[in-house]
Amino acid sequence: MKSERMTGFSPSSSRLWPGEVYQRQPERMSGARIVIETLIEQGVTDVFGYPGGQVLNIYDELYRASDRLNHFLTAHEQGASHAADGYSRVTGKVGVVIATSGPGATNLVTGIATAMLDSIPMVAITGNVPTTLIGRDSFQEINITGITLPITKHNYFVTDVRELADTIREAFQIAKSGRPGPVLIDIPKDVQLAECEFEPRGVVPALELPVPELADIDRAAALINAAERPYIYIGGGAAGEGMAADIQELAEKADAYIGCTFMGLSALPTSDPRFLGMQGMHGHYASSMANKEADLIIGVGVRFSDRATGNTAKYAQKARIIQIDVDGSEINKNVRVDVGLVGDIVAIFRQLKERCRQADHPAWRDEIAALRAEEARLSAAGEAADPAVLTPRRLFDALNEIKDRDTIIVTDVGQHQMWAAQYTDFERVRRFASSGGLGTMGYGMGAAIGARIATGDRTVLITGDGSFGMNLNEMATLVRYGIPVVIVIMNNGVLGMVRQWQTLFFGKRYSHTVLGGTDFVRLAEAFGMRGERVATPADFRAAFARAMESGEPYLIDAVIDKDEFVLPMLKPGGSIEDIITSKAEASK
Amino acid sequence: MKRFVIAALVENKYGVLTRVSGLFMRRGFNIDSLTVGETDNPALSRITVTVKGDDYLSGQIVSQLKKLHNVKQVEILDEEQKVERELMLVKVRNTPDNRSEILAAAAIYRAKVIDYNPDSLCVEVTGEPSKVNAFINVMRPLGIIELCRTGVVALERGTALTDVEVVIAD
Repeated sequence: MKSERMTGFSPSSSRLWPGEVYQRQPERMSGARIVIETLIEQGVTDVFGYPGGQVLNIYDELYRASDRLNHFLTAHEQGASHAADGYSRVTGKVGVVIATSGPGATNLVTGIATAMLDSIPMVAITGNVPTTLIGRDSFQEINITGITLPITKHNYFVTDVRELADTIREAFQIAKSGRPGPVLIDIPKDVQLAECEFEPRGVVPALELPVPELADIDRAAALINAAERPYIYIGGGAAGEGMAADIQELAEKADAYIGCTFMGLSALPTSDPRFLGMQGMHGHYASSMANKEADLIIGVGVRFSDRATGNTAKYAQKARIIQIDVDGSEINKNVRVDVGLVGDIVAIFRQLKERCRQADHPAWRDEIAALRAEEARLSAAGEAADPAVLTPRRLFDALNEIKDRDTIIVTDVGQHQMWAAQYTDFERVRRFASSGGLGTMGYGMGAAIGARIATGDRTVLITGDGSFGMNLNEMATLVRYGIPVVIVIMNNGVLGMVRQWQTLFFGKRYSHTVLGGTDFVRLAEAFGMRGERVATPADFRAAFARAMESGEPYLIDAVIDKDEFVLPMLKPGGSIEDIITSKAEASK
Repeated sequence: MKRFVIAALVENKYGVLTRVSGLFMRRGFNIDSLTVGETDNPALSRITVTVKGDDYLSGQIVSQLKKLHNVKQVEILDEEQKVERELMLVKVRNTPDNRSEILAAAAIYRAKVIDYNPDSLCVEVTGEPSKVNAFINVMRPLGIIELCRTGVVALERGTALTDVEVVIAD
């Protein structure tokens, strides 16, 4: 068995990287300044963070470099870590966050884990106590490399200032290569103070990707050519720039329909006639059913997660499966596949396209049309008759009407997140930022800040009153920097998703899921931003239009009913046969 | 359930063993034995892990290990082509009644007596795990005081594996 490791360049090699230009003479400087200079050298323009005792020197250098590197102070390190994550999700760049030792570092943990589970490139820099105090339980000392071992792609504890610059370069390389992910660099205070020669380098290139065997490409193409009911199933790995066209062209040629995972949202325009939307636990009916009926599933940048597949023993029993991913360890991890192709997704799609015949599957088209009609019927049946009731669907209808194609939708976690996933129309890639894998309540405020700063595009945070409560302190950050994020709280006074489960599976015993009592409008005003409370579709539409036009941070407290359900729903561990499509069915 | 011997060449750096063993814990892979030691190239260590499981498990272990930045090469050693050894030190009660039996068993197992006390004997055994297990079974009724085993080290026959390019730090 030969190794399939990615091959590449060692960042520490003295040879120039491809495309790198030799820059200038080395200069002697402190480790703290090397941190800043290396970030700038790697193309970083914005960082998020929070100062503290063991990063004072780095913050001093940030102050001096403020004309070349922007730093955004959040209210809490967790917010900073999510901001770096949101920054990355909407641009594909490596997000950067800085925190001090001890509690500063541990406050990053949820943000790093969120990035890890969703494969988001991030570099987290923490200070630590001087090496002479390491291991003595010194004040604000914590072994953050130990803590983050399972939630980083890699991490470093730097003990020698001469290795600092190359360590940071290597961290960027690892973060953005192959399947991206977070990398943490822990730098003790004495290493920040020590001096050495620093020589600027170019932006470190990503490592080369493996190339699949041609025989496997041929086998995959043969499966596609033999299929009658092909279904392409795209995930986060297929949601980057420049991927949509190749996926759409292959779908066209193979006469295939396309569904996505939660992480695959906004990879394709919602308007694509072959796109059926998200599948899985709360996916679109047509998409989940098409997945079940397909005779060939082409999984692209997906890990066949439990939320998407349900019970894997019953998953897609009629189908052959082709899995395409940049990460070889995903092949066969959750679902047994017929062909696994590891490498660059776009290159693989182009190779497949060359080998595929133009197909025509009228029976499959009819079947899909019937599924779509059934989905429309189910969805209409679920709406409240009274048009003055602000249902989630009506809220998103107004949102879709008012937002433009560049508007970024950020969410927290819970029912509002699933409604956003089901109902938001997307027209271009990287317009959706939400914690999929880890499901981090409180993710949204930081992420929305990062997304807005990264793009300057209009940014809407869809949140719930539960999630919002977790990191609402970041309203201070919005106001401090005048970041015009529009916050929409889908306020039902309860932890809606947990309540839904309590209703369905726990005999309506609502254990600790009742919230309420917070006046979010006055809270927003106290932070120095505008807010209003709405309870009807018309009022929401007007308020949302005002908020989007205001150009300032704005909060809309939108009242919805506490007993709205996210439907359809697949029972956890169940299969598509157990799909719940209506409230009446759910309460049986 | 099959038994697999997995060999990994890793960078000889601080924390690498933790990363490897941490991965086993995180993914719920149970380790039967794990050995680690520097290779002829001081920049590299070799980790030998034995696990029991099916092909799914061994495949997952290999592909997950490959993702670790400090792991340079991983492979499952070919069942037919590998040589493996384990070393055990076992301390047994030394009494006039059992002494001759211990010495006879040691001779048959090509084990060495490496320490002799009026009350105890220490025996060193080398071999495949099955031989080591068998020797334990022979010693058990004679009164084992304590024992320790190294875990398996293994190589493939012929010229294989170590073709990794790693710069040796000065």
